[in-house]
Amino acid sequence: MLDLLTTGLHGWGPQLLSGTAMTIAVALSSFLLGLAFGAAAGAAKLSDSLVLRGLAELYTTAVRGVPELLVIYLLFFGGSGMIMAVAGIFGYGGLIELNAFSIGVAAVGLISGAYSTEVIRGAVKSVPYGQIEAARACGMGRWRILRRVLVPQTLRFALPGLGNVWQLTLKDTALISVTALAEIMRVAHTAAGSTRQSFLFYSVAALLYLALTTVSTTAFQQAERYASRGVRRA
Amino acid sequence: MKKILLALVLGALAAGSAVPAMAKDAKKIRIASEGAFAPWNGMDSSGKLVGFEIDLAWDLCKRIEADCELIAMDWDGMIPSLQQGKIDAIMAGMTITDERKKVIAFAGPYGTEQSTFATLKSSKLAGAGVGAERVDLADEAAAKPAVAKLAELLKGKTVGVQTSTIQVDFLEKYLPDVTVRNYDKIDNAAIDLAAGRVDAIFGDRSPVEALMRAAGTDKMTLFGPAMTRGVLGEGMGVGLRKADAELKGRLDMAIADANKDGTIATLSQKHFGYDVSVR
Amino acid sequence: MNWTLMWDSLPRLLAALPLTLQLVAMALAFGAVLAFATALLRLSGNRVAVALTSAYTFIFRGTPLLVQIFLIYYGLSQIDLIRDSVLWPVLSQPMWCAILALALNTGAYTSEILRGAIETVPQGQVEAARACGMSRVRLFRRIVLPMAIRQMLPAYGNEVILMVKASSLASTITMMEITGVARRMIAQTFAVFEIFIVAGILYLLINFVATRLIKHAEWRMTPYLRARA
Repeated sequence: MLDLLTTGLHGWGPQLLSGTAMTIAVALSSFLLGLAFGAAAGAAKLSDSLVLRGLAELYTTAVRGVPELLVIYLLFFGGSGMIMAVAGIFGYGGLIELNAFSIGVAAVGLISGAYSTEVIRGAVKSVPYGQIEAARACGMGRWRILRRVLVPQTLRFALPGLGNVWQLTLKDTALISVTALAEIMRVAHTAAGSTRQSFLFYSVAALLYLALTTVSTTAFQQAERYASRGVRRA
Repeated sequence: MKKILLALVLGALAAGSAVPAMAKDAKKIRIASEGAFAPWNGMDSSGKLVGFEIDLAWDLCKRIEADCELIAMDWDGMIPSLQQGKIDAIMAGMTITDERKKVIAFAGPYGTEQSTFATLKSSKLAGAGVGAERVDLADEAAAKPAVAKLAELLKGKTVGVQTSTIQVDFLEKYLPDVTVRNYDKIDNAAIDLAAGRVDAIFGDRSPVEALMRAAGTDKMTLFGPAMTRGVLGEGMGVGLRKADAELKGRLDMAIADANKDGTIATLSQKHFGYDVSVR
Repeated sequence: MNWTLMWDSLPRLLAALPLTLQLVAMALAFGAVLAFATALLRLSGNRVAVALTSAYTFIFRGTPLLVQIFLIYYGLSQIDLIRDSVLWPVLSQPMWCAILALALNTGAYTSEILRGAIETVPQGQVEAARACGMSRVRLFRRIVLPMAIRQMLPAYGNEVILMVKASSLASTITMMEITGVARRMIAQTFAVFEIFIVAGILYLLINFVATRLIKHAEWRMTPYLRARA
């Protein structure tokens, strides 16, 4: 198999392999960035502040209602200017330049975050309030409650949802091929164009994505089993 | 809850800022090319940019004593990327036009190209009446009959073009009865011509001719007039930000030098087999 | 922000709206038929049918839609057998390729939603219907399907929104729907923000209307949940 990839496929094998690595790198980074966005927006949605709630609502509604491709184009064509404007608000006046990788990660992370928000918010809410009261009664401080009670249980509740978000994120990385970042889809597109073997290369790309989604589904199932090891089963 | 929130927001910002922020190397000039427009610019199977403009880019960099980096990029993302500062120059078979001059500056031109139609050898269009004469669109009166003949011939037909090119501008201005299909690359338009999805393609002559030699799209033939100027612009130039006037000055000089000492003509012979330099 | 430009871009983007709606409507219609057939075959218990439908949903849910669209548009057109077949008049049209890809994609997801919903229909209901002497077909048509459809509506609403968004990918195979026109206009005006904001708002509006329609359908289908006057 490896032999076929390196020597076969009209010499595009190595590029496809590095494209796969790039897809994994982009997907992981965007997923983590999305988790950060999701945690922030989730917390904002659960906060008492009307402004924060409104902003978080705007973020999730807009990003989930607009095509991913459009979000990616927007960041690709207008990203640096936008980031610089945001940095300006925080008092940073320097020139920030984004390469295709960071733009891709920012765009997919933004999309992934909008979906993570709902998952995280739901998971936090599903931790019974009595547990927090009990923790307080035991004399735990805020941080300890967060660390010992809220986060571990939230994670468990959130895992299945986050598994879905991960699959979504992984598949959305294919769209950033429009920014010319050499991930699976981009390599397949270039190879198909130069060898005229569209069917072959898009099929290989599909197989690579299938392999990635299958492996990660299994991984998430393992993680779910691990996270709920302390839960009694009927 | 407020503290938690603050921590989460800060965490998100930290995670966000850890990813981007690539510092700019002050001297390095980043030149974007497409890699799907041979012989102007193409790509070998290791993903490396090759072609006339790539060789010329390195030559010009040497002349202006700059450190350069060549980046492959999609065609229609180039001008926004230039404006955004993601790249510093474009050498991608980009014709100097009035429309583009509104938003960016050009050094050069360093080469010229005619626009021409191609269709399948088996198509009725292939043998059709339009001769392969040269048409100068800057001379409206002289160009009129040829354009009218073309409009008649292509009425109701579907023509594939690369998106955001001078050829799209031409079709929109002169041939309103033609259905235009926009492709990301001219290669894909040619593939669809071979598959019978479009009746003809319209593009710069040498890339179309290169496609006629490539496997899978070799059943094509040129037809109609070879057109230049007017809406089709004044030759290929190096696209630059308007603010970089100093760089434009240096590149203009370098291009003039390369023209004078025959470098452009030599490179052109190597990649095209004929001279594309501007006299 | 250039407000005039935003206003001026509106007519051209609106002109692309019918194509977007057409893509979505056709994809959803064909997708629903496909989903229905797939879910039934999947639940049929026939080993071959289960294997085939599982493979279909596995492949179409496990790969990006962009790959599917390119595979159908560029991949199939490369094969002589297909170019000479009766399918070619259909597959030579980018419109039909886009609809086919979108329908296959949504069909795979919707079949899973439908299957899940059918499985949640309480066994007692089925038993009661059998006790009333209903045949299998009638039982399915009168009891199982209406309950399943009610059950699946919220999830299906999400799927509709995903399809509206997915239709933007048709722009990668030369379709000039909203995203395609937006991209073309960016290339002409270089006003990235203005045009994407207008296009984005159009999509949000479509999705808003779609959500309302689904909510309305849900309301219509659950009269027993409404408070009695």
